[in-house]
Amino acid sequence: MAGSFVGSLENDRLEKSLRDKKPLYTEAEARAEAERCLYCADAPCIKACPTEIDIPTFIKKIASGNVRGSAKTIFDQNLLGHSCARVCPVEVLCVGDCVYNGWGRDPIQIGRLQRFATQTTTADHSKPLFTPKKAKAAKKIALIGAGPASLACAGTLALEGHQAVIFEKRPLPGGLNTTGIAPYKLHALDSLHEVEWVQSLGVEIRVGEEITKESAAKLLAEFDAVFIGVGLGEDSKLGVPGEDGPGVLGATAWIEKMKLAKGTKKETGRVVVVGGGNTAIDVARESALLGAHSVTMIYRRGEWKMSAYQHELEGGRKEGIRVLTHSQPLGFVRDNAGKLLAVRVAKTDENGKPLDGTEFEVPCDTVALAIGQAKLKTIATAFPGVECDDKGCIKADASTGQTGNPKVFSGGDCVNGGKEVVNAVAEGRNAARALIARWNEGTK
Amino acid sequence: MADLSIEFAGIKSPNPFWLASAPPANTGEQVMRAFDAGWGGAVWKTLGDPIVNVTSRFGGVDYGNHRMMGLNNIELITDRPLEVNLAEIREVKKRYPKNVIIASLMTETKEDWRVLIKKCEDAGVDGLELNFGCPHGMCERGMGSSVGQEPKLLQEITSWTKEFAKTPVLVKLTPNTGDILEPGEAAVRGGADGISLINTIKSIIGVDLNLLVPNPRVGKASSNGGYCGPAVKPIALHMVAALAREKSIGIPISGIGGVSTWKDAAEFIALGSTSVQVCTAVMHYGYRIIEDLTQGLSEYLDSMGMKSVNELRGRAVSGYQEWGDLDLNYKLVAKIDPALCIGCQLCVTACHDGAHQCIFTGKDDKKRPPHAHSHGMAKAPNPQIIGALAGDRVPWIDEPECVGCNLCQLVCPVPNCITMEESQVGPTETWNDRIAKGTNKVAGGIHD
Repeated sequence: MAGSFVGSLENDRLEKSLRDKKPLYTEAEARAEAERCLYCADAPCIKACPTEIDIPTFIKKIASGNVRGSAKTIFDQNLLGHSCARVCPVEVLCVGDCVYNGWGRDPIQIGRLQRFATQTTTADHSKPLFTPKKAKAAKKIALIGAGPASLACAGTLALEGHQAVIFEKRPLPGGLNTTGIAPYKLHALDSLHEVEWVQSLGVEIRVGEEITKESAAKLLAEFDAVFIGVGLGEDSKLGVPGEDGPGVLGATAWIEKMKLAKGTKKETGRVVVVGGGNTAIDVARESALLGAHSVTMIYRRGEWKMSAYQHELEGGRKEGIRVLTHSQPLGFVRDNAGKLLAVRVAKTDENGKPLDGTEFEVPCDTVALAIGQAKLKTIATAFPGVECDDKGCIKADASTGQTGNPKVFSGGDCVNGGKEVVNAVAEGRNAARALIARWNEGTK
Repeated sequence: MADLSIEFAGIKSPNPFWLASAPPANTGEQVMRAFDAGWGGAVWKTLGDPIVNVTSRFGGVDYGNHRMMGLNNIELITDRPLEVNLAEIREVKKRYPKNVIIASLMTETKEDWRVLIKKCEDAGVDGLELNFGCPHGMCERGMGSSVGQEPKLLQEITSWTKEFAKTPVLVKLTPNTGDILEPGEAAVRGGADGISLINTIKSIIGVDLNLLVPNPRVGKASSNGGYCGPAVKPIALHMVAALAREKSIGIPISGIGGVSTWKDAAEFIALGSTSVQVCTAVMHYGYRIIEDLTQGLSEYLDSMGMKSVNELRGRAVSGYQEWGDLDLNYKLVAKIDPALCIGCQLCVTACHDGAHQCIFTGKDDKKRPPHAHSHGMAKAPNPQIIGALAGDRVPWIDEPECVGCNLCQLVCPVPNCITMEESQVGPTETWNDRIAKGTNKVAGGIHD
């Protein structure tokens, strides 16, 4: 089975022209950086990690030359330690809490060290790091959606000897790691390598299989537990005149096309990105790096309200991105043939409401809408007892991921509304641990 | 600027820094470059009958991001013809009359010593150093450390050389011995004018874990070498001090062993060395380090109000006492500066696992371990200490339980963050005082 997903990836992909901003360390670089680590006790970096990886321990193992042991320390807490190493906003997580920051020294490059340990030890499937246990009474779990939450959950259960089957409606697994991460952090190929590594732990992945209301009941009957890790749905729309038509795209759809579709034609026109979150800044930076003539971000409130990380915004500005704050799109201007010409924008007040008489046009060729994604409520509520909150997020216990149905667990963006990969991994893993504890209890 | 010039057993040197007898002092071309850089003297790579060397020859011990904390070698004495060496010595001495050249010598029979000494002195050396220290290769042939480990033999050969030598004779000692005083006193009895120490320590530097052969590897095998570099300095300091404080010695000492900086040199001099010899640091960084060595030492002497390096010599010798003469009532307690603490809490782990379980974190009083000497809970500071950099991660000391061992201060990465506060808990009393008074019995012994 392993190898099949990587093999079905298009070779000519636009994302390939964007190189790693933080390339893989050489062994010498990794050792030198690892040696800088103080090996803090009760280390703040561990507490800053949603999966609580024992960071000082894995770093000291790199320093000693025990790289496989280092990778095991990482994977013990986070089976997607490789993608997390590359896509985590470490600046606001582990690295941001390194004690060196307070001392005015460069913090330890934890993400790059984690990448070194995980990437170099999982490249060769013939030398497995883990041998799945034999469960006393193996159980079966179905997981819906093959994103980070499900992969972490499935992998954790598989290592305990349980049977984990992931159902993915898309042709490729990996979720946003495959379809949505900025290529200068992680290419789709790297994501699929990681998925195949999780497969090698004993996880079964069935792509092109969408779970419907009808098949949901079948899953509940056939499996001992179900994990919902479906993520989020379609990109949200503004609902303004001229929005439907060529040139206006959803941000995640735009990124997915750039990462996976055949074709390497670069963006050369004027790009406008609507939104102030991390998806918005990703699209903006990717467009700038792919050669857009100009990139303008439009956000209806002040910069301090943006949910995009400050370090990403700063990086984007260096790449030439213009940020229009307190600006709200009112509609799109098209010529008679329907070709997009500009976005009509109004300035906004403190509450983000348009101000009369402030309208202007931003000429553009492409617009990416990064103003949120729909919630996939239908699949969730196909399971009896599973409920969603007012925002459409699945209600699940914060520490176990258990929903209103004791057999159904959930985690990742469909529960938390859209956080980091590492949050999804933590939630998937926690659900698996809760199930393992439950099933172990049952065999006593 | 303090005067750095010294006189060693009558040998005048512009500064106390000499290249040790080793690869950096192998040839005339090298030694002249060293003198141009500012080195005061050089002890020429050991002369004798030329030998044949193997490849490889050196092995290193790294520590953290520092390369070559320790170095070992299996290289032997000079592999070049004696006459070539002597011609070069003659040339260097002609061009650099104010710099010191000492010939390190190693040979076997009395007649060999006579001829070798005569030839070297004819070439113009300022002194001779008898290599009784080399612990690899030559000792198996009855030379080097095999002489240094036999005080009678050492004394006899030294006295031979004194019969022939017109220049001062230094005896270079091996540390591979039980009590350094034995060879030291034998050298004095043999008539030596000075002592150099330490030579390298017999060692295996490490093992190649892929090939399972020790390093440095010569094909499919290795051999023991001589260990030197920064790692050996404490051993060297102890041996220098042991000789310097002994009245039976009374001759100048050339201190050797891990001297890399002016501070190292100042320590050797404070413990009684007249000159210091340097090898590993030069092999690592080159002759250029001499600028910092001389300048740093000079600045230090100025800061101490000393006009000459001679004022520093031996100043720390009397600061060494036997353990039994140390004051049992002198106490230290650790203090953590919350303004400097970065919250790494290495001190907490070190104290709990490696010392006396008296550093805690958090705002609440903590339960002391069952073996604690004090009663009750360890009292947390109230209000809680909030550090400028570490916030609520600043640890606190359970002072009644602190034994003042220094470990927390040693592991703390931030200079001056942890200091040791002094106190005197009673009149000075040593263990030897207690023995004298008969109060040296400690309850809980084998027969209690």
